[in-house]
Amino acid sequence: MLGRTAQNLFWLSRYIERAENMARMFEVGYRMSLTSRREGSASEHLISMMQAAEVDEGFNLKYKQADVNAVAHYMLFDEENYSSVRSCLLAARTNARSVRTALTLDMWESINSAWLEFSAIRPRDVNGAKLQELLGWIKQVSHRYRGALLSTFLRDSGYAFSQLGNFVERADNTARILDMKYYVLLPRASLVGSDVDVAQWTMILRAASAHRSYRHVYHDRYKAWNIADYLILRSEMPRSLSFCVDWINRTIDMLEDIYGTRTKGHDAADSVTALLADATVDRIFEYGLHEFLTEFIHRNNQITEALAESYNFY
Amino acid sequence: MSATPFDEMHNADGSVREPYLILEEWLKEQPPQALSLMSNDAESLFRRLGITFAVYGSNEGSEKLIPFDIIPRIVSAIEWRKLSKGIEQRVRALNAFLHDIYHRQEILKAGRVPEKLILNNSAFCPEMMGLDPARGVYSHIIGVDMVRVGPDDWYVLEDNLRTPSGVSYMLENREAMLQLAPELFQRYKVASVETYPETLRRTMESVAPAGVNGAPNLVVLTPGIHNSAYFEHSFLADQMGAELCEGQDLFVENGKVYMRTTTGPERVDVIYRRIDDDFLDPLTFRPDSMLGVPGLFDAYRAGTVTLVNAPGTGIADDKAVYTYVPEIIEFYLGEKALLKNVPTYNCTDLDQRAYVLEHLQELVVKEVHGSGGYGMMVGPASTKAMREEFRRKILARPDNYIVQPTLALSTCPTFVDRGIAPRHVDLRPYVLVGDDIRITPGGLTRVALKKGSLVVNSSQGGGTKDTWVLEE
Repeated sequence: MLGRTAQNLFWLSRYIERAENMARMFEVGYRMSLTSRREGSASEHLISMMQAAEVDEGFNLKYKQADVNAVAHYMLFDEENYSSVRSCLLAARTNARSVRTALTLDMWESINSAWLEFSAIRPRDVNGAKLQELLGWIKQVSHRYRGALLSTFLRDSGYAFSQLGNFVERADNTARILDMKYYVLLPRASLVGSDVDVAQWTMILRAASAHRSYRHVYHDRYKAWNIADYLILRSEMPRSLSFCVDWINRTIDMLEDIYGTRTKGHDAADSVTALLADATVDRIFEYGLHEFLTEFIHRNNQITEALAESYNFY
Repeated sequence: MSATPFDEMHNADGSVREPYLILEEWLKEQPPQALSLMSNDAESLFRRLGITFAVYGSNEGSEKLIPFDIIPRIVSAIEWRKLSKGIEQRVRALNAFLHDIYHRQEILKAGRVPEKLILNNSAFCPEMMGLDPARGVYSHIIGVDMVRVGPDDWYVLEDNLRTPSGVSYMLENREAMLQLAPELFQRYKVASVETYPETLRRTMESVAPAGVNGAPNLVVLTPGIHNSAYFEHSFLADQMGAELCEGQDLFVENGKVYMRTTTGPERVDVIYRRIDDDFLDPLTFRPDSMLGVPGLFDAYRAGTVTLVNAPGTGIADDKAVYTYVPEIIEFYLGEKALLKNVPTYNCTDLDQRAYVLEHLQELVVKEVHGSGGYGMMVGPASTKAMREEFRRKILARPDNYIVQPTLALSTCPTFVDRGIAPRHVDLRPYVLVGDDIRITPGGLTRVALKKGSLVVNSSQGGGTKDTWVLEE
């Protein structure tokens, strides 16, 4: 396989996952802003969400005020925002076009039709209920692509690079969602379990599609401790860091089986795995939740660099 | 040439020609909205599959669909047999011509083709002199542009010997027809075109450099996703199971070509390049090329890699050389040309130029190096201003234009807004040359969708049709 093909497959998956995550992040900020009662807090929620998504700087250069319409436009449609849903879908399609021959017809069609449908949407028509509908549709796009990938893609190196892109991106995203609100998860004397906290926790879980499954796993009301445990350590939770890291390991091991050699990519994956290996929620809080997440994001990023070097991305 | 064009479905008396009888019956059975629904289905099918082409100089998005006409063009087995004999003869002679031009130049010495026309021609590639490509084949993939003016009356407009495109449309059009009208295939015995990718693979393998162990490693070299024919490049690579490479994916080391893979360099043996000669190798040709592979031509000269098609084949499909093709066939094969050439006026000849300038309204003017329907004028459809413009152009640079009579292109039934109507068509059959000459039964039929128009180019409002060659 060409190094460029591996690179394109990796990024194609990342961009699709990122489009989904941008929609999720926006949805969280949007809901929080809708339900906030305190003056000015609506835009604070949107801003902190954009900080977590690392799109706040670009936004501030273009807009003075973070109102829902401006933020929706910036995160969903703006071409100048490289992480907007539009930019992600376009980048995914451009990558897909470059590696058309490496994709199955179903994978290609899911991306191509997603882009055609998305580019036919007029941003000014999207408000109110339409906005919710669009956010749901973006998630569906991602599911359709992953469905096609999982059920039609040959299990060889191309599959491994796709899965790596997907889970490196998802791990990064879940870590950022947690980091966005790490302080509401910290055990504090006051306010613990107050209405404000519960609302914020719900949002975090929602962003990870985890608000309902939480109940099945913990049979308990929302608690900061459990939420951190759930999104970081529970390997049965498909958006948790642990789950993502399991998949990163599983697919990078596939590459070792196929190519017969271990690379710097494996070392980088090991380093992320080590961070989670003996972690418990107690230890993470002791170390500092924010510090832990920062370290995780850093090590996770190094996987991309190591893969690029080891498998001739360029 | 008659004033009323030859219609491929109907005789002059209105009766239906034999190959079209079953189609006629089928059309009658279709409920009123059926064709229109089929046409919509076809469009969404093509869009979903991403079968698009890029239009240069267009602002509305960079990808377009070529309109697809759902009524197939049907050619009988006998008609096809005659046609393919003529094509084979032409292709054989032109490859012999290329070998001669890049070796002893006997045809120039014999004075059958003017030396000046070849040696001063920008399509002549001196770097190819004395080089011996595998099996002596220069042009492996050829798309011959033809028009029909009568039942057995075919003219060759152009021999595309460089990098002819459109074959993916031939294949996808067939795929679309199979999905849209499967019942028609039960009534007709249509020769298969689906074998093309496999034949292409065989052809490429047969011209692999000497000393390759095992199956040769084949790649398709594309300029990238912004090229107008990118879809076709990826389609063919996929169908053949070859790697689709860009220039940056390949490199030359110690005179050998490699591609950069996830596990390091891998040898490449045969390259189907869809990059023009000029851009192939910045060390030999245009130094500013970002698309090519530095050192590729040296590796080719050293015989470690085969380029399909060879550089320099353009000298044989140059519009000025075209007039000599009947001569060329006689010179190398000792046979009379089976297919007709369109009579061509040479504007550097004073008498001929005078005739041309007097009769611009009846003639077709083409730029010698133009393509895609750009830089041409169809006399009968031209305005006074256009004719004035071309008069000035011809006088300024007489050698830059060739002029031909306007041919009465045949028409085929075509589905248009108001039902079925005759529209002018041309045909590009595809030929593969390696250990043998293989012509795919069918080809790309282009159709001018505008009533009366003779310009079939997709960039100028043309569409395509599936082309059915019937089996005996």
